[in-house]
Amino acid sequence: MTDQEKILNEVTGSDYKFGFQTNIDTETIPKGLNEEVVRIISAKKEEPEWLTESRLKAFRHWQTLHMPDWAHLKIPEIDYQDIIYYAAPKQEAKYESMDEVDPELLDTFNRLGIPLEEQKQLAGVAVDAVMDSVSVKTTFQDILADKGIIFCSFSDAVKNHSDLIKKYMGSVVPYTDNYFAALNSAVFSDGSFCYIPKGVRCPMELSTYFRINAANTGQFERTLIVAEEDSYVSYLEGCTAPIRDENQLHAAIVEIVAMENAEVKYSTVQNWYPGNKEGKGGIYNFVTKRGICKGDNSKISWTQVETGSAVTWKYPSCILKGDNSVGEFYSVAVTNNYQQADTGTKMIHIGKNTRSTIISKGISAGKSQNSYRGLVKVLKGAENARNYSQCDSLLLGDKCGAHTFPYLEVNNRSAVVEHEATTSKIGEDQIFYCNQRGIDTENAISLIVNGYAKEVLNKLPMEFAVEAQKLLAITLEGSVG
Amino acid sequence: MLEIKDLKVNIEDKEILKGINLSVKAGEVHAIMGPNGSGKSTLASALAGRNYFNITHGKIIYEGKDLTELTPEDRAREGIFLGFQYPVEIPGVSMVNFLRTAINSMRKYRGQEPLPAGDFLKLMREKKKIVEIDSDLTNRSVNEGFSGGEKKKNEIFQMALLEPRLAILDETDSGLDIDALRIVSNGVNKLRSPENATIIITHYQRLLDYIVPDVVHVLYKGRIVKSGDKSLAKELEEHGYDWIKHEVDAHA
Ligand SMILES: Nc1ncnc2c1ncn2[C@@H]1O[C@H](COP(=O)(O)OP(=O)(O)OP(=O)(O)O)[C@@H](O)[C@H]1O
Ligand SMILES: [Mg+2]
Repeated sequence: MTDQEKILNEVTGSDYKFGFQTNIDTETIPKGLNEEVVRIISAKKEEPEWLTESRLKAFRHWQTLHMPDWAHLKIPEIDYQDIIYYAAPKQEAKYESMDEVDPELLDTFNRLGIPLEEQKQLAGVAVDAVMDSVSVKTTFQDILADKGIIFCSFSDAVKNHSDLIKKYMGSVVPYTDNYFAALNSAVFSDGSFCYIPKGVRCPMELSTYFRINAANTGQFERTLIVAEEDSYVSYLEGCTAPIRDENQLHAAIVEIVAMENAEVKYSTVQNWYPGNKEGKGGIYNFVTKRGICKGDNSKISWTQVETGSAVTWKYPSCILKGDNSVGEFYSVAVTNNYQQADTGTKMIHIGKNTRSTIISKGISAGKSQNSYRGLVKVLKGAENARNYSQCDSLLLGDKCGAHTFPYLEVNNRSAVVEHEATTSKIGEDQIFYCNQRGIDTENAISLIVNGYAKEVLNKLPMEFAVEAQKLLAITLEGSVG
Repeated sequence: MLEIKDLKVNIEDKEILKGINLSVKAGEVHAIMGPNGSGKSTLASALAGRNYFNITHGKIIYEGKDLTELTPEDRAREGIFLGFQYPVEIPGVSMVNFLRTAINSMRKYRGQEPLPAGDFLKLMREKKKIVEIDSDLTNRSVNEGFSGGEKKKNEIFQMALLEPRLAILDETDSGLDIDALRIVSNGVNKLRSPENATIIITHYQRLLDYIVPDVVHVLYKGRIVKSGDKSLAKELEEHGYDWIKHEVDAHA
């Protein structure tokens, strides 16, 4: 077989490989949520008994809960009975050619520098069988398989690695954790599973693959990453391209387990549809992300660039259980027009000599509201725990809001906890200075904002840092002057 | 090159410039002096296009164009450079990135390709020599944590790099030590040519020993009340502004 044939084979055979069957392709179930619906979802996915039971338990618990209202967010009432909880992954393309796609969307793709083939996938245009990203994806999987790394959809993992899923799913974010975690645990659609065996350094960013796949994971996404002793992985979720979705409500769970000496770097670029300039439409994004540094000397590092969604409710957290373990949170959250974001982190120090760093950069423009909410908790046994938090807010214009809610609970006298916060306005002076050097106002804002967020952007994998910079500029377009 | 005719400028309904007339020809250096608060920086900013300034009357013609119709960035691209009295800090934005963006914006305006990174760095190195600026400074964020004198030197460095046709230097000499003053003046002199013009705003005649002006103007209460050659600066140094103030206020 020639290379080309091989690839063709891979691609045409991949429907089967990924377990999508034609008979569920066209199926959706009626609106609403009850035990029956939960059972149907589980049955459609051919899940084992224990998982069906676990979903039902979560559902029953969810019924006893109320939507949290402590966040600095104004959320219209959500009718949970008006949502379809199962829609089979759609394989057909929405459009025949790029000519049919919204030109504004294409313009954004181009300005972000996204390759054409990938643009097609993201926009839902039919693609040729021989496609760069697909061939990349397959060679990619060979390399991973060689190292014993498991990286597959959550559904596949349930089928093929049931023991691992059973052992770790819900071990970091139990279904009892909060309202949205309970909901997700009952009805999660799909997501990713990643397992790095002992002593293995994952040789590449797990990103290209995921970017392509992100489009089909559904509204209740579930991700689980397990890094065994002495392993390392850098993982990137989401993409800079604007993603539209008919589903307004998104409630994802991400769990990370890091064993002794393991390191997990998790980077997110989130750019869901934020709604129009008047604040209509847009995704509600309620995410529970948490990692546990289970073993000594382990490290979990969250980096996020949040520019999308109408409402963001998200607190990637670290439980620092192992001695000498390290938790990091680097965040840029941008809100424009009527967007609202309440985001931050929790660092729970349990082990001795545990260290955590929080760098949060909020940018508010338009009539948006942007809040940082962070908890640093040092338990009794956490001798010599250290935390450094820096929370900066940048305001563009005077109709937006920035808020900081730091919470501290320190139960060990040897702990050292530092917190710094600043609020600044993007200065007319700075913009005029740039103008006077020939730089127009849009570019000036882009320069200034990227400079402000540099500490965080530097933490992103290289190829995404460049896109993220452009993304910040595009998100803030027209917000000053 | 520059023709200012009866220019009146308001800031928040207060008239700051009350009818400025000034004509600058290519190849000339003009010095503007005057007491604090007389409107020197306001005039400089009005030329550069600061937007909260309200031009209520008069005209600014630059190279035959009505300057007031151009945005600040287009004025810069047309060759107007303002050396700021108080240069602004832009945290996190490296000098290299800032200047590269600036140069390429200007090149784009002129229909030129962006300058390749290698050429740009070479150009930076050359121009750094002119103002004897520390390499370390250009690796830092724009003006962030620069000393007062370093900020001023940095303005001249940028001027050298951007090669303006009309440079307006607003108290670039304030806060410079003696050596820096010499370096900065040398820099300005090197950039002097028959095609370019410079307007120097200063309080000290000492600078004018280094950069010899063709004309010296005195700005007082929003008007140019006296113009002369460089001996006027000497006179001011010796006698202060009182005699001029008396002259003007007696007429008013
Ligand atoms: N943004 C502003 N808002 C209100 N008043 C202003 C503003 N800028 C300048 N002024 C006023 O305009 C007048 C002229 O100020 P300007 O800065 O032009 O003086 P100057 O001649 O440059 O003084 P100096 O020698 O102290 O630099 C002053 O009375 C000043 O207070
Ligand atoms: Mg001044």
